Amino acid sequence: MRTEIGLCFAFALSLTGVVVAESDADKGLAIAVEADRRDTGFHDFRAELTMLLRNRHGEESSRIMRSQSIEVENDGDKTLIIFDEPRDVQGTALLTYSHKTGDDDQWLYLPALKRVKRIASSNKSGPFMGSEFAYEDLASQEIEKYTYRYVKDDEIDGQSTFVIERDPVDENSGYKRQWVWIDKAEYRPLKIEFYDRKDSLLKTLVFSDYQQYLDQYWRAERMYMENHQTGKSTLLTWKTYEFRVGLADSDFTKNSLKRAK
Amino acid sequence: MTRWLLMAAAMLSAVASHAASQEWRAEVSAELRAFTESPVDTRQHGANLSLSAEVEYHNAWDDGRHALTVRPFVRVDQHDDKRTHADLREAVWTFHDRGFEVRLGVDKVFWGVTEVYHLVDIINQTDVLENPDGEQKLGQPMLKLSRETDLGTIDLFLLPWFREREYPGKQGRPRTQPRIADELSSYSSDQGRHHVDVALRWSKNLGDWDLGIAHFRGTGREPRLLPGFDGDGELVLKPRYDVIRQTSMDLQGVVDSWLWKLEALTRSDAEDDFIAATGGVEYTFYGVADSSSDIGVLAEVMWDERGEAATSPFNRDAFLGVRWVANDVDGTELLAGVVSDWNNGSRFINVEASRRIGNDIKVGLQARAWAAVDRQDTLYGLRRDDYVELKLTRYF
Repeated sequence: MRTEIGLCFAFALSLTGVVVAESDADKGLAIAVEADRRDTGFHDFRAELTMLLRNRHGEESSRIMRSQSIEVENDGDKTLIIFDEPRDVQGTALLTYSHKTGDDDQWLYLPALKRVKRIASSNKSGPFMGSEFAYEDLASQEIEKYTYRYVKDDEIDGQSTFVIERDPVDENSGYKRQWVWIDKAEYRPLKIEFYDRKDSLLKTLVFSDYQQYLDQYWRAERMYMENHQTGKSTLLTWKTYEFRVGLADSDFTKNSLKRAK
Repeated sequence: MTRWLLMAAAMLSAVASHAASQEWRAEVSAELRAFTESPVDTRQHGANLSLSAEVEYHNAWDDGRHALTVRPFVRVDQHDDKRTHADLREAVWTFHDRGFEVRLGVDKVFWGVTEVYHLVDIINQTDVLENPDGEQKLGQPMLKLSRETDLGTIDLFLLPWFREREYPGKQGRPRTQPRIADELSSYSSDQGRHHVDVALRWSKNLGDWDLGIAHFRGTGREPRLLPGFDGDGELVLKPRYDVIRQTSMDLQGVVDSWLWKLEALTRSDAEDDFIAATGGVEYTFYGVADSSSDIGVLAEVMWDERGEAATSPFNRDAFLGVRWVANDVDGTELLAGVVSDWNNGSRFINVEASRRIGNDIKVGLQARAWAAVDRQDTLYGLRRDDYVELKLTRYF
């Protein structure tokens, strides 16, 4: 009897062992999938963005943009960003078709020349408008763009969180890995640490002032990115979020770029 | 003309009767050109100051389905009375709904993919007075209908009024020698500038590639230049405009950090039936030396079946250039390159740089030089017109 119990116990233990051995990757992925599931189905939205760029001497410069996105079934979102300031780039617009796998497609519209230019979007790590946000930080965050690993549980400002590591699949990414703090209650990212290719801490992004839309979709109004290696920072503020405003695929074409004002 | 006015009035009243989002913007520029050598023609000058202004009014209503844009431009030039000019760059009403688009009025349309020579771009006339680089265009009256489907985008153009290319005056610099006398322009068609031109374009995104195929039938934008005499008995070149048929394609692809570009056309005019092409690559090194700078290397080839007899100087030429983008707060950029004619050895050197100062001011620098220009080359007149241009623009 005793042996049987012992055997059963050992068997159960080995089972758990197998589960535990796989679970860091599985659990990491499961958290990412759940976060993605909760943010799926919004169809479309638009918002206004302000970026406040600050260098290590405290000198500031600002960017004002409008953004609109539409979900694409079985692929990444389509996004259109129109620049309002600085004035010399007013009317410039960036169209992105993000993909779950492979490079995104990107076009830039230059209003002075009425020209739509194709951009090589292998440039993921480049700074967006001179800010501390890289193109890949602002791109649609698809599950397939990373591999995952659950790291630990943690707490941020009294909210209990998961910490997962995600490693970019794309070799053109500027990062070796990212640590993402996701709150257990709503599966929203609260903080991301970005590690460069040499695995040193490069940047920290902190999300705050979350608002809920359509009783489901959470959006952070403030995203504060700090670069630890240069001392520069960018505060990205999102305003006037509107969901399901009736955007269609035809609002995300090269012709629609030329209409952007 | 009355019809146009009525249409404009109807548009304006439509605008006035709707709660709409109105926007004004403006830019004012001061430009100084300094030439490094004495001019070929003694009436030309060693330095030139010029001021320009552009205002844009934009109004959108009915949830953005309707829009009206008006954009007049004016330049005042110190020496060249021809370069003192005004143009209605845009005055267009736009309607769009679910992949269908109408544009009516004066508008600007760009076709093409290459950096140096815009071979297939034909809807708008080039504003040579503004800049010899051919990037500036005159507004073109048009009706444009577009339909976007899964099979691509179809654009249909009706162009009822031809805009002549305007060239620098006697005191203008840089300019050809002898001067091109646009006041003596003539047409091979009896209808002259009233010939109604039509164009059709199909374009489609094929994943990593963008393809466009177009056909144009109407007055060619690029005139033949015939020797003659002006009213003062001076030797000049007289522009002659032919009705042409042109079929063109433009293709651009992105493969990792490579951009591939190709433009090609076949054209028949009064004189010739020929093909021409331009194409090349751009490779970009991102985040050079652990900085945020990108450095791009560009190589393009320009070829015209007509050779030296071509209406374009880019007929047997190759371009090699470098683009530096700092990706900094001030948007600092530089493009430098050389175009060489492999037939006659003539070279054209071009450097362009720009950056922002604060939020509303931009400073630009251009340097252009022509070296070893062959007597046979269209650019021979420009051989002593090397110059540096400093431009300051304030945005409102």
